[in-house]
Amino acid sequence: MSELLQFLFSGLTVGAVYALVALGFTIIYNASDVVNFAQGEFVMLGGMLTVFAYAAGLPLILAAIVAIIVTAAVGVALNKLAIEPARGAPVVSLIIITIGASIFLRGVAQVLFGKQIHRFPSFSGDTPFRIGGATILPQSLWVIAGGLAVFYALYLFFTKTLTGKAVLATSNNRLAAQLVGINTNWVMTLSFALSAGIGALAGVLVTPITNTSYDVGIALALKGFAAAMLGGMGNPKGALVGGILLGIIEAMTAGYLSSQYKDAAAFVVILLVLFIMPQGLFGAKQTERV
Amino acid sequence: MLEISELRSRYGRIEVLHGIDLNVQQGEIVTVVGANGAGKTTLLRCISGTQPVSGGEIKFRNDAITTVPAFKRIGRGITQSPEGRQIFTNLTVEENLRLGAFLFKDDRVDKDMQDAFEMFPILREKRNLTAGGLSGGQQQMLAIARALMGRPNCLLLDEPSMGLAPILVQQIFDVVQNLKSLDVTVLLVEQNAFGALKIADRGYVMETGRITMDGPAADLIADPRIREAYLGI
Repeated sequence: MSELLQFLFSGLTVGAVYALVALGFTIIYNASDVVNFAQGEFVMLGGMLTVFAYAAGLPLILAAIVAIIVTAAVGVALNKLAIEPARGAPVVSLIIITIGASIFLRGVAQVLFGKQIHRFPSFSGDTPFRIGGATILPQSLWVIAGGLAVFYALYLFFTKTLTGKAVLATSNNRLAAQLVGINTNWVMTLSFALSAGIGALAGVLVTPITNTSYDVGIALALKGFAAAMLGGMGNPKGALVGGILLGIIEAMTAGYLSSQYKDAAAFVVILLVLFIMPQGLFGAKQTERV
Repeated sequence: MLEISELRSRYGRIEVLHGIDLNVQQGEIVTVVGANGAGKTTLLRCISGTQPVSGGEIKFRNDAITTVPAFKRIGRGITQSPEGRQIFTNLTVEENLRLGAFLFKDDRVDKDMQDAFEMFPILREKRNLTAGGLSGGQQQMLAIARALMGRPNCLLLDEPSMGLAPILVQQIFDVVQNLKSLDVTVLLVEQNAFGALKIADRGYVMETGRITMDGPAADLIADPRIREAYLGI
């Protein structure tokens, strides 16, 4: 029993990170139908920039804020320099551009930060809490809280604010969005900034547990993508549930089967979702009359 | 209020508007009729800013707006109900209307929405449903209502009768005619020339990117050439 609980805790922690990555996907997808495969690099940058800002002498919290802001700026630059000039290209081309951007960012990170593994200390120490025979790190609670907070903020943003609706309107019908007075370029800029910022936050929260290096982004992007597919692309609720489910599936696979199959879990999930329910758990039902 | 001179526009290397001159005065309903492919929709897109202009000028209330981006033109009082409706299919009817007033955050938004529901009661009934599930006629009403939420001085209507049952066509034309009492100037593009000319003050006939005739709508309706070519009489 305590074993199951232990797997559950570690699943929740990883799952919250996947959920954050998936939420990042959600925003850009909602604004443009593009799946941004550089999302994992935003997570890497968040952790990495915090490491170096902290090493340079900034207090941890300030280092984290700087990292999130700089990463958001990188997201904006990605949109302005790579996505916006290709406006009008098919979505698939834009997705390939994001894959290129992710390789580029990874390369730059390797040159700037080196190939070593980096870390910075946990926010509230490393003494684990004991619950029902299992343990959970205080940092895990930070990760889970971060995932929930971002989800709730995004949920409010998309359902309650006019700006959030403008983002949805832009993805639904760009022409009509312009006709009602929405500056669709600005919406794209905003989406990339938000998405990159959320990715960076994930990196900041999880680095004390998992450490970071220049190449952590690939795996995170793929798993966040699996989580978003599982939950239903474009739906914040789907991203949260999909992320946490995937984390738990992975932890259970590692615990009860073999940790060697851990990474396979995500890909089995992608395949199953695509075969059985391509809309995902909370995906929008496509009903449209013409 | 709207003055267009020598307007040219192209898709790639193919020019589709070969120098259009057209004007709309405050309070008028002006219609542009013509066959499919004459360039009517392109003309409206140039005015709303969603199609680039390659020559000529568009003036709105004496300001040249030829190069103003589309999303800024609505703030100057030009809104468009586009061809094919182009509603936000994934959002609800109410969200569509709210976004129509995207630029505004005051109390008048609610009042305008109530007015829209008065004008089209079926939209009130379906306000919380996804707009993609509405019938063609309801989507058309939503497109017009959304354009009205933007507080237009000049409303551009592109083929509002397209694909609708005859009874709905009449209903839509009645609504357009009533806009006059709301002090909204209308530029109406239609293939249904007869219906459009009946409610318009003036009309332009467009053929392959040129204006071939213009004048008071009543004269155009009576003109034998128009009757033969467009009215099927």
